[in-house]
Amino acid sequence: MEGLGPFLEVLIGGLLAGVLYSLVALGFVLIYKASGVFNFAQGAMVLLAGLALVRSLDFLVAKGLPFEVAVVGALLFAGAIMAITAWLIERYVLGPLLNQSEMTLFMSTIGATFIIEGAAQMLFGSDVYPLQLYPTDAWIILDEVFPGGILISKLDVWGAVIAGVLVAGLAAFFQWTRTGRALRAVADDHAAAQSVGIPINWIWFVVWLIAGLVAVVAATVWGTKLGVQFSITFLALKALPVLIIGGFTSIPGAIVGGLVIGAGEKLAEIYLGPYIGGGIEYWFAYVLALAVLLVRPQGLFGERIIERI
Amino acid sequence: MLYREAGQFKTSYAGDMAIFPIRQDRIGLAILLAFAFVVVPLLAYFEIGPFGHDYIFKAILIPFLILSLAAIGLNILTGYCGQISLGGGAFMAIGAYAAYNFSLRIPELPLLFSILLSGGMAAFVGILFGIPSLRIKGLYLAVATLAAQFFFDWLFLRVPWFTNYTPSGSVNAPELNFFGWVVNTPAERYMLALMFVTVFAVIAKNLTRGNIGRQWMAIRDMDIAAELMGIRPLYAKLSAFAISSFFIGVAGALWAFVHLGSWEPLTFNIERSFQLLFMVIIGGLGSILGCFLGAAFILILPIFLDQVPHAMGVPLSVETVSHLVYIITGALICFLLIVEPHGFARLWAIAKEKLRLWPFPY
Repeated sequence: MEGLGPFLEVLIGGLLAGVLYSLVALGFVLIYKASGVFNFAQGAMVLLAGLALVRSLDFLVAKGLPFEVAVVGALLFAGAIMAITAWLIERYVLGPLLNQSEMTLFMSTIGATFIIEGAAQMLFGSDVYPLQLYPTDAWIILDEVFPGGILISKLDVWGAVIAGVLVAGLAAFFQWTRTGRALRAVADDHAAAQSVGIPINWIWFVVWLIAGLVAVVAATVWGTKLGVQFSITFLALKALPVLIIGGFTSIPGAIVGGLVIGAGEKLAEIYLGPYIGGGIEYWFAYVLALAVLLVRPQGLFGERIIERI
Repeated sequence: MLYREAGQFKTSYAGDMAIFPIRQDRIGLAILLAFAFVVVPLLAYFEIGPFGHDYIFKAILIPFLILSLAAIGLNILTGYCGQISLGGGAFMAIGAYAAYNFSLRIPELPLLFSILLSGGMAAFVGILFGIPSLRIKGLYLAVATLAAQFFFDWLFLRVPWFTNYTPSGSVNAPELNFFGWVVNTPAERYMLALMFVTVFAVIAKNLTRGNIGRQWMAIRDMDIAAELMGIRPLYAKLSAFAISSFFIGVAGALWAFVHLGSWEPLTFNIERSFQLLFMVIIGGLGSILGCFLGAAFILILPIFLDQVPHAMGVPLSVETVSHLVYIITGALICFLLIVEPHGFARLWAIAKEKLRLWPFPY
């Protein structure tokens, strides 16, 4: 029982942190599922959403509005910014690239990443802005079983709850609404979807808008955790292994992948790190993802890759 | 109507297969090389014009040449073989640290060999990280190359053996002694980089024209079809990874030894990988000339944005410049992908084609 308490604490902390990665990964999966575009700009979109949110919040609070009203106003403002971004990206980047190869679309989103990063910092500033939307203290549970108990961060739990609600909502949306089904058709084949009368530009706008709103949600959680700052864009890179493990096309996969990565990373850092020099969190997720790829190239939950000539 | 190639008949197979089949191209290239190899050093020696200052060598020419070499390496992998890589920075780091350790631990080894061996080391690692490419492709592979980037970032930062236990993690290049020629002044460093780049550019050009280059391109255009035609994907992909990494590794060693002199692990972080990828996309996927154009553009854009508003009397702040660089680079990438997927190299070819007929385009 001696080592079990710390082990559980690390495990739970890791799992919850993993859910936060899933929040970012969700945005990727949504866009990939609905348009076949691997959206590298998701991290930049989280940065943009966070900056818009925190700056407008500060502005509204400074105007003397009560905090709750200011939060609603700031969320609306951030949502509007993401809608504009979605429209611009659809209109000027992806629209003209319709029916191009996956690789071309991917590289164009790298371009979009740089535009968003530059523009967001130019518009809203490039300092570190603290954000406080969720409680950041911790619970201590099971302190009668283990000495010292187990520490659980409230913020992580909030993040996990939000991620769960998002996933349920999105799954329902994709499964049961007309737009959701149209999204899946577009993902399968752009040209075929167009030919049965699906307005592809509108669909792409919708999906980028949803991804933008997911980015706003992710920004509230991550902004509270780290403060809104440029390094938030690196979350995108953290989310990639999550995607690989879960599969690019599976929403539940994004959650499971996040759990695997979160727990694996923390446990490896604690139990393996001291032997090989520490800081292995930095790359462990990627090596884990590579290992999964070698066994299942489409990820754990991804659709089977079928190749035709 | 700058020139006409009318009357230049190819009467032998060798003439038909020459790198530059048109005489005017050969003359143009000879002039360019003569300028780079003879005129520039002479101007530097007599301190005439802009080449009299160290600034142009240190800030523009040397980085331009070395980054062009790295871009050639990445272009072999991404542009010719179609395997997108986000790990360019890592392979530069491997080259730099391998060269450092070779020259530190085997002092008898001539510097030239340690640089070439460091390329070999990068090639070896490149093969290791290329093995997943046999099973995974496209986006998944891009993530696998990111794994290389993060792993080596960590390795050189955290494992002190590679940095010879220096407390700060920053290391210094040894004296640059090439068989008795001690390279010191910026102009000499420029000459050294120029020689390396010229030799390797010729090698790359010939590789991509030959059997192996055609295999790469077949894999790029459609890997299953290529396999059915009898091209071995194992050999083609891994050779592309090895050769590409070799080039990038040598470029990394040069970047550390010739350009920087002393460096720390974060010199070769993911930003560098993106920078290389952008050079290749902007310059032109699948073009050696494009690597030079792309490197020049990426390198000069920030300098241009810094200097020109300054000269016009509206200096931009450092922050604004860096944000503007981001926006312009990103916008240009999107623009080029939409309008001209083959980048500057293709624009250059179109311009040449138009000028050939100008002013009577019929």
